[in-house]
Amino acid sequence: MNEQQIDADFTGLPLRQLADAALDAARAQGAEHADFRVERIRGQEISLSDGRLQGLSDSDDAGLAVRVITGGTWGFASAVDLTPEAAAAAARQAVEVAKVASAMNTEHIELAPEPGYGDVTWVSDYATDPFTVPTRKKTDLLAAWSANLLSHPVVTHADARLLQVKECKFYTDGATTATQQRVRLHPELTAIAVGDDGFEDMRTLAPPAGRGWEYLTGAGWDFDAELAELPDFLAGKLAAPSVEAGRYDLVIDPSNLWLTIHESVGHATELDRALGYEAAYAGTSFATLDQLGTLRYGSGAMHVTGDRTTPHGLATIGYDDEGVASQSWDLITGGVLTGYQLDRRMARLQGFGRSNGCAFADSPGHMPLQRMANVSLQPAKNGPSTDDLIAGVTDGIYIQGDKSWSIDMQRYNFQFTGQRFFRIRNGRLDGQLKDVAYQATTTDFWNSMEAVGGPGTFVLGGAFNCGKGQPGQVAPVSHGAPAALFRDVRVLNTAEENR
Amino acid sequence: MSIPNGSPSEPWSAGERGSTSATGPSPATPHDGLPQYHGAPQHDEPPQHGGAASRPGGTPPRGGVAPQDMVERALSLARPGSDCVAIAEEATTANLRWAGNTLTTNGVAASRSLTVIAIDRRADGTAGVGAVTRTGLRPDQVEDLVREAEKAASQASAAEDVMDLAGPDASLRSATSWDEVPQTTEIGVFRDLAANLGDTLRAAESAGRKLYGFAEHGVTSTFMGTSSGVRLRYDQPAGRLELNAKSGDMSRSAWDGVSTRDFADVDVAALDAGLAERLEWQSRRVELPAGRYETLLPPTATSDLMTYMFWSAGARDAAEGRTVFSKAGGGTRVGERLASLPVSVYSDPYCRGLECAPFVVARSSGRDSSVFDNGLAARPTSWISEGTLSALHSSRFSAAKAGLPVTPAADNLIMTAPESSASLASMIASTRRGLLLTCLWYIREVDPQTLLLTGLTRDGVYLVENGEVAGAVNNFRFNESPVGLLGRLAEVGVTSKTLPREWGDYFNRAAMPPVRIEGFNMSSVSKAS
Repeated sequence: MNEQQIDADFTGLPLRQLADAALDAARAQGAEHADFRVERIRGQEISLSDGRLQGLSDSDDAGLAVRVITGGTWGFASAVDLTPEAAAAAARQAVEVAKVASAMNTEHIELAPEPGYGDVTWVSDYATDPFTVPTRKKTDLLAAWSANLLSHPVVTHADARLLQVKECKFYTDGATTATQQRVRLHPELTAIAVGDDGFEDMRTLAPPAGRGWEYLTGAGWDFDAELAELPDFLAGKLAAPSVEAGRYDLVIDPSNLWLTIHESVGHATELDRALGYEAAYAGTSFATLDQLGTLRYGSGAMHVTGDRTTPHGLATIGYDDEGVASQSWDLITGGVLTGYQLDRRMARLQGFGRSNGCAFADSPGHMPLQRMANVSLQPAKNGPSTDDLIAGVTDGIYIQGDKSWSIDMQRYNFQFTGQRFFRIRNGRLDGQLKDVAYQATTTDFWNSMEAVGGPGTFVLGGAFNCGKGQPGQVAPVSHGAPAALFRDVRVLNTAEENR
Repeated sequence: MSIPNGSPSEPWSAGERGSTSATGPSPATPHDGLPQYHGAPQHDEPPQHGGAASRPGGTPPRGGVAPQDMVERALSLARPGSDCVAIAEEATTANLRWAGNTLTTNGVAASRSLTVIAIDRRADGTAGVGAVTRTGLRPDQVEDLVREAEKAASQASAAEDVMDLAGPDASLRSATSWDEVPQTTEIGVFRDLAANLGDTLRAAESAGRKLYGFAEHGVTSTFMGTSSGVRLRYDQPAGRLELNAKSGDMSRSAWDGVSTRDFADVDVAALDAGLAERLEWQSRRVELPAGRYETLLPPTATSDLMTYMFWSAGARDAAEGRTVFSKAGGGTRVGERLASLPVSVYSDPYCRGLECAPFVVARSSGRDSSVFDNGLAARPTSWISEGTLSALHSSRFSAAKAGLPVTPAADNLIMTAPESSASLASMIASTRRGLLLTCLWYIREVDPQTLLLTGLTRDGVYLVENGEVAGAVNNFRFNESPVGLLGRLAEVGVTSKTLPREWGDYFNRAAMPPVRIEGFNMSSVSKAS
């Protein structure tokens, strides 16, 4: 538990009064279940182009939400006025929504039980709230970093961007009343080199983090060191030969592998997808429920966990948006599918007993969905270093940083690119390559994983904006990974693909 | 100009265009997995415009305060003599979602926001900009917001795009008067649809089909005022319905979608019947390897590719040598022939059925948007004229940097070919051997230099032989550039209104033709069904 306190201007809202008005109105309308949220989400985005301020915007989004089950059917409504009258009206509206929608419903909605935790609070682990730091200080830092990049002769342009979010949530279903606050940051800098024959760019590998302003001043990442080497890496990429398409052994850095985990494991182990609830949109999953405990997902080196507890994780929280206490659990053990990500409805529907706490709504205007936990590939205890993994490759490529990604609607066929690609010859790096993409089928890829690195190679990557659902919602999520070695993976030449 | 909704009966011409909007390309955002980054979001969400399902007039403002009053209050509270922009937005949405022949989620939501953009002009000619948006604001909190924006402006570094605010433009007239109350939607818009859907879901269950889908209706009213005298509003309903049918064993899948302003034109049972036919087409299965195929793209697939190209057609990045529209050695490719056939790609906010705001709404500045342009009229703009790149979207600032005319982007996109009359059905009939796609999915940029995109086929790929559908083919991953495809157009059919499958969440005002592409690059086979 952080020593930080939840913002007084959030706790100073009449939260319990609003909740009472909503829950009382829902009960009076005959709802079997009702839960209530108030949220305030502050955001700031700063962007610089070549060191000059391009865009600066602040947002402050507050509102309330009521979710009910009436006659076995969901109903949801939200409002922006934080008054008891608006809360009660939203509850009545949610019941009305349930009544209209009942014409389409054939499934009696029930929720898996969860203990009541009473009145609880939780704050994420950060030292300095970025919203207390003067904006000028932030832009000056980004401008100084941009100037450093632009001072290198290869850098033609430099883009800088900083996203910051502070999320305050109040949830109650009567048995649990949770008041929570978390902070996250995502700094990104990109150096661009424009030459006579085209251009190349390269972005920092620094991941988004559930940290405060201290993240930009040395806690959790060394930005000065990364920015110092970025232009030389860009120059190397600009001069690099185009890859010869074929099959290669790959050593994949966690700065790239987190995204492959996200797409091919994280989404594939969401139970709502496996059951077909996202079939019309985000898609389903090849990892169907009937294969739980038997599906050979990957090699024996593959141990993947889900959690909402990792320090500085973007999906980390104390209680989810259904009042479920956060947990960690196995998804893939020794290469075999052993778990799913659940919410209370899915847990009840499929007899899991209890939800593992993956319900999340990205705003007061949206109904909670089952969203992704921090899904991480675990390192091998006493496992190899990245250099050791590279040393085990005769003819391969070492990949750093994420860039382009795409996967099919059942999570089989994927294609990823990256920021940097180094040729491996006889166990050593031998310059950069460009135009590289790797393409595989999920289970083939993970079964080709020969080794994972040790704890020293483990990095927590992630994204602010994983999308899912209709209407669309975004969720922040982290993925930890060690470096890992994959054998005989198909590599494309993206320039040839366009010919 | 009216827009046929999926009907090939009315040829399109680009001759009836009124004037244009400039809310612009949205940053590509996620449907699943992760959104494609385009750097900072460059444009605001589109303002919207009124229609039959909304309730014009008579409804008191939510929260008891009219958004127009919030705008005026903000402007009057701004520091005397300073420049200020106020944008109020009132939005209501309602949605239904279903899967496996039963309801999954639903909801109604209302939001109210006020954005204040304060400009702190300094003696050296520079200016700081503070832009602050807050939802659920009470009238007594407006002053706090104005002071917060002014404080942010005073502390801000000099904005790169500083210039005079855009002034009033007599050519811009709102369809609804400034003083009318915002229009709204509510769950009742679905009362008939929900009942019809219930019947359709039960019928599908009886027939062994599973139906999945989503219906959404929203109305957003945007009110803009500036210290330079601009007062503009825009009301827009936006709706869509997507229907996905699968065989009971989930091995076959078909999809259709419509964008609509009011659901009056949506026939769910007819959509389901069409999908049932498509599933029947899939009863014969043909396995094909990766490779290059002659391919027919229906309008929705064309729209997803053209929309991404449009989003990538910013003037600034092109002028800086950073996109497919950059000329080797400097400058842009404006004036260069891109397409093998004389197609035109344009935006027109007054195009009937695809209306969008005819003025710039920019809550923050970006690569090709500027807060100083708020209220700037945007004219109908052809991005590609008869096969030649003719414009790149821009702000006044980025246009000056690029040395191009000012052409703000609009929130719709239309592609036409002169005298095209072929329907998709007739294009199938004239195909000796080729693939017919249903739609594309998970489209992401691989290489900005060529605008190489990757993605998947989805919900039905068909082998056409000797003018007839011979069977269903496995799905593929493709690697293709929309700019490259323009150079390999073999045939362009008649344009109709369509819903982009991939980008429909963010961009659903499109009218596109079916097209025939030579040598479409199917890079690998996907096992997904």
